Amino acid sequence: MVFRSILFEKTEDIITEETLEAPVFFVDLNLDQIIDTITTGKQEYNLKPFFYNPLNDVDAIEYRHEVFRDLENSILFEHIKSFSQKMRLMREYLSQSDKLYYKYQKERWFLDAVDIYCDAVHCLTHDLSFVDLKSRGFLAFREYMANYTASSSFTSLLAETKRLIADLSSVQYYLLIKGSTITVSRYGSEINYSKDVEETFEKFKQGAVKDYKVEFSDWPEMNHVEANVLNLVAKLYPDIFLNIDNYYAKNNSFLDKTIAIFSREIQFYIAYHEYVALFKQVGLKFCYPQISDKSKEVYDYEGFDLALGHKLITEKSSVVCNDFYLKDKERIIVVSGPNQGGKTTFARTFGQLHYMAGIGCPVPGIKAQLYLFDTLFTHFEKEENINNLSGKLQDDLVRIYDILSKATSNSIIIINEIFTSTTLDDAIFLGKKIMEKIIRLDILCVCVTFVDELASLSEKTVSMVSTVVPENPTLRTYKILRRPADGLSYAMSIAEKYRLTYDILKERIRS
Amino acid sequence: MKVFLMHKGHDFELQGKLPFNENALMQDLELGTLFNAMALGDAFLFDVAKKAVLSSIYNDLDTILYRQNILKDCLKNPSIVRGIYDISVRLIEIRKKHFLGIFKYPASILSSSMGILHEFIVMLKKLKNIADENSDKFTSEGFTAFFAMLKKELDEEYFAKVQNHLSELKFRGGVLISAELGKGNKGTNYILRKRQDKIKQSWIKQIFAKKPHAYSFSISDRDESGAKALSGLKDRAINLVANALAQSADHILSFFSMLRIELAFYVGCLNLYEQILQLEEPTCFPLPVASGERRHSFKGLYDVCLALTMKQKIVDNDLNADNKNLIIITGANQGGKSTFLRSIGLSQLMMQCGIFVPAVSFSSNICEGLFTHYRREEDPTMKSGKLDEELSRMSDIADNITSNSMVLFNESFAATNEREGSEISRQIVIALLEKRIKVFFVTHLYEFAHGFYDKKMENAIFLRAERQADGERTYKVIEGEPLQTSYGEDLYRAVFETDI
Repeated sequence: MVFRSILFEKTEDIITEETLEAPVFFVDLNLDQIIDTITTGKQEYNLKPFFYNPLNDVDAIEYRHEVFRDLENSILFEHIKSFSQKMRLMREYLSQSDKLYYKYQKERWFLDAVDIYCDAVHCLTHDLSFVDLKSRGFLAFREYMANYTASSSFTSLLAETKRLIADLSSVQYYLLIKGSTITVSRYGSEINYSKDVEETFEKFKQGAVKDYKVEFSDWPEMNHVEANVLNLVAKLYPDIFLNIDNYYAKNNSFLDKTIAIFSREIQFYIAYHEYVALFKQVGLKFCYPQISDKSKEVYDYEGFDLALGHKLITEKSSVVCNDFYLKDKERIIVVSGPNQGGKTTFARTFGQLHYMAGIGCPVPGIKAQLYLFDTLFTHFEKEENINNLSGKLQDDLVRIYDILSKATSNSIIIINEIFTSTTLDDAIFLGKKIMEKIIRLDILCVCVTFVDELASLSEKTVSMVSTVVPENPTLRTYKILRRPADGLSYAMSIAEKYRLTYDILKERIRS
Repeated sequence: MKVFLMHKGHDFELQGKLPFNENALMQDLELGTLFNAMALGDAFLFDVAKKAVLSSIYNDLDTILYRQNILKDCLKNPSIVRGIYDISVRLIEIRKKHFLGIFKYPASILSSSMGILHEFIVMLKKLKNIADENSDKFTSEGFTAFFAMLKKELDEEYFAKVQNHLSELKFRGGVLISAELGKGNKGTNYILRKRQDKIKQSWIKQIFAKKPHAYSFSISDRDESGAKALSGLKDRAINLVANALAQSADHILSFFSMLRIELAFYVGCLNLYEQILQLEEPTCFPLPVASGERRHSFKGLYDVCLALTMKQKIVDNDLNADNKNLIIITGANQGGKSTFLRSIGLSQLMMQCGIFVPAVSFSSNICEGLFTHYRREEDPTMKSGKLDEELSRMSDIADNITSNSMVLFNESFAATNEREGSEISRQIVIALLEKRIKVFFVTHLYEFAHGFYDKKMENAIFLRAERQADGERTYKVIEGEPLQTSYGEDLYRAVFETDI
């Protein structure tokens, strides 16, 4: 197999037109935050398009899982990191070379860029040969690198680069500045005058004293005086500088295309791997989900919301994990219970897990089986929009209609608090209608609602409830448990806590 | 170049460690009075005196004798010593006039440093002259080594070399720099090179004239950015030498700073000596013995702080407490017990610091720690009871004390009834004695004092503030058995008689 890409095995899968626009549901599921965090500091690689394109083939996902698994080997991971750092440095040098004005400066930055490139390629090839690789992607890439570094074009580039660098570092020259005249010469005195002066006064030394050295800022540009000096140095060493002129003219396309692509694409894995490490540090688990495009039995144990989890970890708070499973004919999770109890988070988690699995990434949890969806839809409450002349209820209905008309039985729908801007009776009526359609389509769905009646509509629905600490109902556990919806208990316990239940309140009120 | 007038072989550390109980020592021994006499209003002299005296418990026998000899030289040649001290003070003032640290350009640092060094050299020469003219008047090991060092290090040849640098660094013949190609072929590693004298004349012709080994170009007069770039290049080259020169000035400064610190101690001693001389009180150089021995004998010991405060001769005491570890002082109220105890503490610190002692003769063993435990006023914060507070301070002492230390108790543990106070004191003192700690204990606790007296211990001695039969106090402390009364009745009567 000829290596093409570390992200895609099949050439036809390779994204030809990379989209820079996130899928519409990104904001609802907080996937935008997640991908922002993952790609922070890696803007130069433009990784977001890779995260915007779900795969539609179980084997394509497996291809990425294999690469992720290989990268769990910290030795390989460090090799790749060090390769990436060198490639980044090389790009910086090249862009420096482009920016500069004076010829001998441009040539030198270019020469050093090539040197770094040769070193990066050479080291990685060498390092890979000692690593136990299993993934199709890395195995093919290793072979590609071995062939490339053995090629005569690469070996001669390497040799010439090293020789020129050695020549330049041997150049020494002297400046005599007198008045406004500078004389540049190959020969001068050997005595280091600063040392001479230091030694003269050494005898008074009692201990450390203040450092009076002035820090000079070292920007890469030269002024015209330095440039003039450099031109004269070039005249003093004409052979060396002629060789560099030729080298610069000859090697402008030294960079191998496949290696360049690899150095970008591998960042997808590195970025996600580093992101996952943040969670693993605090003891949270990730797993490679089983992906199926047939079975709609899904589960995930000890999963969590990546966006919220990341925020909590930065605040040094603990992260609550939740489980879910759907088996046999179960398709729809109806989540009810106290507010701020983690219902929306749970719904988002369900969506995130499926989306991240769909782009071939490991997901939060100790064990997971997830469904390879064709499209993911979300329906989250939108703020009222003054430009939208229709009412909120109508707006809700229009949106859900739109979703249901596009969804197939392979889709996933996440609904969060639907029909809140109407009476309860209306909400029950409309909710049932919508749920019936979803049930009929056999769609995987999570529906967060305050309408308890929706939780027991059919054998396809499963009721899950956000919970509180029984002794102190104001404390949320953020645990979502499979349990019948019983909207009362929570309100009653709060009332008790404030001594407002019927008996107590009666006693408290003086006659 | 090292001063080494406080210690043989190492510097005196002005910021060195002081004993944890420095404040208690200051208060209980009235050390402020002593330091003020040494300082005569000079804060720096006060500070050095304070640090030197309080840290003196860390000095060994050799250091004490080393300083005694130096101090004897000082007493013989006070004006020469004060003269050297003045040079060090003036040099430090010169440096304060210049603001080296604020310059951004090596060229300004260099020229400013050269200015400082020119003035410093003048001071160095003065110092050298004093050494040349007077060194034969000094016999102590410390001063002999100090003057010998000045002669050796600051000879004519050295001054010539320095002058040569100072004129060379004006760069009349141009600045010669070596360089290499750094990142992006920019010049780097600029090193200032010294032009060798041999080829000085023909240097440019020989080397720079030979093509193709040298090329030149000039910056036109109107090219301001070019001129700036040129001085930038020069600045890089002279950065190190400017730093070296500025640091050299600092090194000379630090030498004189050390000289000032160490001489400040002796100048303080001279000040003290001259005041005692005016009071017509005696002083003597004490004989210190090793800390493992037990010696405490003196003649004519007086409390120098009381004498300085009263500005007159005061009562002195004699004692022979050699081979004693426990000295219990009892007797009349206002009979001079506290003054006696203070003179013990003061003379011990002064001896260990290398100073003369306010006595006709004095010898004692070195203490590895000196602690005072005096009765204090009631704690105004009401945080703890009085005995509680006293025991807490005792506990602090216990945390810090070692064998061969000395503790001065002044009416300690009396904030309870006599029996309990005696028992507490007894247990504490016995423990201290067994740890080979010397104890001076001024007390009214009869049971405690007499309990030890009855034991007839060989290593204990009992002193009493003298009271003549008519109740008159002599303020003398003499050997004697603890008595059951402290003659408070006398005092009562004295007060009420005058009142009536």
